Amino acid sequence: MSMAEGDLAVAEMAFVRRATIAPRRPPAAMTGPIAWLRANLLSTPFNIALTVLIMLLLAWAIPEILRFLVIDAVWSGNDRDACLWTVQHREIGACWPFVWERLPYFIYGSYPIPQRWRVDVFFLMLAVGVVWLLWLKAPRRDLGAIYFFIVLPVVSYILLTGWSAIGLEPVDTVLWGGVLVTIVVASVGIVFSLPLGIILALGRRSRMPVVRTLSVIFIEFVRGVPLITVLFMAGVMLPLFVPEQYSPDKLVRALVGIAIFASAYMAEVVRAGLQAIPRGQYEGAMAVGLGYAQMMRLVVLPQALTVTIPNIVNTYIGLFKDTTLVFIVGIFDLLRTIEVARIDPKWATPVTSTTGYAVAAIFYVVFCYGMSRYARAMEMRLAKGGRR
Amino acid sequence: MTADENSGSLLKPGRLRTETAVELIELNKWYGDFHVLRDINLKVRGGERIVICGPSGSGKSTMIRCINRLEEHQGGQIFVDGVEVTADLKKIDEIRREVGMVFQHFNLFPHLTVLENCTLAPIWVRKMPKSEAEEVALHYLTRVKIPEQANKYPGQLSGGQQQRVAIARALCMNPKIMLFDEPTSALDPEMVKEVLETMVALAHDGMTMLVVTHEMGFARQVANRIVFMDEGQIVEANVPEEFFAHPQHERTKLFLSQILR
Repeated sequence: MSMAEGDLAVAEMAFVRRATIAPRRPPAAMTGPIAWLRANLLSTPFNIALTVLIMLLLAWAIPEILRFLVIDAVWSGNDRDACLWTVQHREIGACWPFVWERLPYFIYGSYPIPQRWRVDVFFLMLAVGVVWLLWLKAPRRDLGAIYFFIVLPVVSYILLTGWSAIGLEPVDTVLWGGVLVTIVVASVGIVFSLPLGIILALGRRSRMPVVRTLSVIFIEFVRGVPLITVLFMAGVMLPLFVPEQYSPDKLVRALVGIAIFASAYMAEVVRAGLQAIPRGQYEGAMAVGLGYAQMMRLVVLPQALTVTIPNIVNTYIGLFKDTTLVFIVGIFDLLRTIEVARIDPKWATPVTSTTGYAVAAIFYVVFCYGMSRYARAMEMRLAKGGRR
Repeated sequence: MTADENSGSLLKPGRLRTETAVELIELNKWYGDFHVLRDINLKVRGGERIVICGPSGSGKSTMIRCINRLEEHQGGQIFVDGVEVTADLKKIDEIRREVGMVFQHFNLFPHLTVLENCTLAPIWVRKMPKSEAEEVALHYLTRVKIPEQANKYPGQLSGGQQQRVAIARALCMNPKIMLFDEPTSALDPEMVKEVLETMVALAHDGMTMLVVTHEMGFARQVANRIVFMDEGQIVEANVPEEFFAHPQHERTKLFLSQILR
């Protein structure tokens, strides 16, 4: 049995293989970093042009950013004088002492200083809850869910608004601000929009005409109105119609507005996922005897939500950034506190605004990118095991 | 078959309360204007194996899908073990618990492992403890000869293996009646045999079966009766020997001449 048997035999009419061909290693050009470069960056002339263009763009942008944020930045000082142009100091970058001094304001807003530990406890509890829920190998994730969805909201509410009976001084939500408000608004929106969105999506696909019509009207109406209008209605118009003593807190009104707005969007995202599930899955579930609720909860929704994770996270990221719009009803979220601080005469310099906005940009990018990466990891994990 | 042939009551199909497993009386159904089932009358006794064949579009799948109410009928009556199939959700749930179904495209749940596919309904519908449900599931997976795949996902299995999982999943509910809707039509030729063997074994256990299939070898081997349908009607029904040797109706003769080459 010579090695050449196969090559020669193809020319013959009849052929029987006598030795199995063992798998061999691929050519060197298919593996290693050079192969990666060739396949991903330099595969076609268009791709080469793109690579070069992006390289040039990065070569221009990165040094500029580094120069502003680090190399030319001012690192110490007590007021605007430190960040002003002088003959000795010709190039001025970011004014970090300004950020450093106003950082507590950016985080807590006007929350009373002696009470700020309560906000810290809230952040810590929230972080524990998020990790518990999102870290898939965490112990007792069922308890984690109870903690996150029941214990955390109740305790946070008491902690942040105060309760005189247990010695927590009440703090009016008017004083809340900065990262605290951004996180509270975003978490409420994120936590409420998914379940409400699922209910609305199921309602829209319901066979019952009344349920379906109500869902469609709700979704289309809320989706057809800009978020600013929803917030404006909640913040400014509602108190005109409702007697003062019955009118809920301004922050609560904004939270409800955001949750309703986000759930209408989420409903359509979930509906897209539901439509991706083949009829056979419903029939398989019905045929083994599962009722409607069980079928949805155990068979349809887990698959529908999985295929639509990118869209859900997309909506969440949009929502997270939309929280900045609460300033329209006079609520001081992070961006608003930066806006206020940057025009403070004590720190007014040509670089103060840019520095402030850079802080906001870094904050939003870190959070949104974090959400995006987590979602990507989830997708990869769910795709493992060749389920489809 | 080995030891599991004698391994006790778990293998045996659920007991019917009445002698008639399924009865269709003057069954009529329309898809919009299209009259898909016309005056269907059929009585299936307990333990009987019925093979339903006919050209595509003849209504055979629709007929068995009416039995567990995956399709709604507009005229006539359907009785499953004495319970009438109506819009009553309680009755439908009761019937679906007792009637297993195997589909052409398996319809396994891709997000669950093979074992979870099998334990889902026993746990949630029969309220069986998880450990017991897993024991039952492993038993049936052994029965369809794939216990070693229990922790894989359906997408990792071949078509034949998936269909056997689907059979095991249905059996885990301990059904009294099994419906098969073209169980081998979507399979590669190499896989058909393993699925048919599983079905033959099930027939030997005395399961009441209604099978829509074009596998005439299977029909010859296990069917008590063959029902031939065309244009939404039952054209001819007979025991296999007579059906194949002396088909009466012209349409039956033509059909047989086309599929038995």
